[in-house]
Amino acid sequence: MNKVYVSHNNIVSALGFDSTSVVEKVKSEVTGLGLVENKALHAEPFFSSLVNTEQLQSAFRELKPKEKYTRLEQMMMVSLDKIIKSSKIALDERVGLMISTTKGNIDVLDANSPFPKERAYLSELGKVVKEFFGFKNDAIVVSNACVSGILSVALAKRYIEQNVYDHVFVVSGDVVSEFILSGFNSFQAMSNELCKPYDKYRKGINIGEVAASILVTKDDSGLPDEAMVILGEGSCNDANHISGPSRTGEGLYRSMQTAFREAKIQPEEIDYISAHGTATLFNDEMEAIAFNRMGLQEAPLNSLKGYFGHTLGASGLLETIIGMHSAHNNTLYKSLGFETMGVTQPINVINYTRQHNIQTFLKTASGFGGCNTAVIFQKLAQ
Amino acid sequence: MNAPFNISSYASIRGRKVTLNGQHLYEGSHTEFSEFIKAAYKALGVKYPKFFKMDNLSKLAFLTAEVLLKNENLNLEADNNIAIVLSNRASSLDTDRAHQASIQDKDNYYPSPAVFVYTLPNICIGEISIKYKLYSENSFFIFDRINTDHLFTSASNLLETGKADQVLCGWVDFDSDSYEAFLYLVSEKEGKPHTNQQILKLYNT
Repeated sequence: MNKVYVSHNNIVSALGFDSTSVVEKVKSEVTGLGLVENKALHAEPFFSSLVNTEQLQSAFRELKPKEKYTRLEQMMMVSLDKIIKSSKIALDERVGLMISTTKGNIDVLDANSPFPKERAYLSELGKVVKEFFGFKNDAIVVSNACVSGILSVALAKRYIEQNVYDHVFVVSGDVVSEFILSGFNSFQAMSNELCKPYDKYRKGINIGEVAASILVTKDDSGLPDEAMVILGEGSCNDANHISGPSRTGEGLYRSMQTAFREAKIQPEEIDYISAHGTATLFNDEMEAIAFNRMGLQEAPLNSLKGYFGHTLGASGLLETIIGMHSAHNNTLYKSLGFETMGVTQPINVINYTRQHNIQTFLKTASGFGGCNTAVIFQKLAQ
Repeated sequence: MNAPFNISSYASIRGRKVTLNGQHLYEGSHTEFSEFIKAAYKALGVKYPKFFKMDNLSKLAFLTAEVLLKNENLNLEADNNIAIVLSNRASSLDTDRAHQASIQDKDNYYPSPAVFVYTLPNICIGEISIKYKLYSENSFFIFDRINTDHLFTSASNLLETGKADQVLCGWVDFDSDSYEAFLYLVSEKEGKPHTNQQILKLYNT
């Protein structure tokens, strides 16, 4: 079967509007998280990582929009525009568009939103993005909780394998909204401090926002230096609980098994794991169990939530892109917020940023509904 | 290319009717969905108390899957590698609106985790997976209307790559004034040929 690559990529975030400058910030251990006081979003101050509104509007104006677009649409379009241009791919019938999000334009449900309520339908979001850029095919919208971003990379690969498309542009995004904050707060899942994934003193999540986009393609010409091959992927369910992870990490374990089977490599060959690490008690523990079951306890691992917070449906794609740059730079980035081991099974959390040869990395994510995804990426043969 | 896979069975819940492989199983006279689905649950002899905690979308998806999978007589002690690929138009908007109503008024603020958890469309996949112990591939998609091309592509890939032995596919949509569920099973078992046209034909009957 032909190889499928992850290629041109972009991140629109609190740490910058292109992947390279965002990765530079991560390398310098700069976090996008800070205390936000905004009563329209949440009654109490909260830690979050927000896209700078002025910078977003200014970047969006350069696209010469003729209509009004929501904050999420602006983020997604600024991000997607960059990779459509850098890839120089004509948007013909063989080019797909995939959008991954958990809540899309859910903020338009608020009585004070200037946008019509119909804008909350995710197919509307798909149409808006499709028409803005002139894609020939309708958008495929993936909404599978917090694995959406990484799952969409796996699904784009499947579309190419089935010979439906040659290239798929994937854009992921979610915004910080009162809807989301009030919900996670009702779960008592939010930390009132900077999040500390895998740390003994972790208190829960910080919610953040980004838009990220990537080109998934079968064409090996015109790939950027950080491009990688998708070796294998799986996305399995815990079949255990709708809002809590499995105590045995069953779904994540099976997702990894599927991914390794398809990749035809052994767990020892993984040089780095970009894990989910939300900093909730149950998630981090579940991951440690699953990685141990898979024999991955010695692979260097980080969670990037300490830099961006949990960016929901975009997190998996955001973290994949950082992982690609991590591999290209042969650098393991510190798992920000981690000091004292806080899970019962041994895992190798990256406690300082350092050089390390990375040929192959594993990206994982887990979410509500018991969903999990694992994808293995490998550098191109020299 | 001839598809080597078949649609072994299909079920639907719409217009107050529950059907399996084209046969009527139940018809209600209720105007409210909540009354209708409860009556259908009872008439079909389902016993699963968690059902009553589910939101409308999950009730609809769960009961349709129940009709289909009960008929398969699965051995729940064994691994059944049945992937789930569902899609709809309204995502979880019915429950999203309920959560929004609970936070709209600052003087009457009552967000609830029991509601919030259902503000994701893929939760209904979790509900089906829990009942039938399906530790399998799963994904949820949003389209304006049923997209048989997409369902065909997704199921074919899962079966051809050996990631699943069977795929439970379909459309489960619940919006403020409408509901519709149509699910089918694809595998190497005997049945109607797994093609785009066949999916659409079964959906339209």
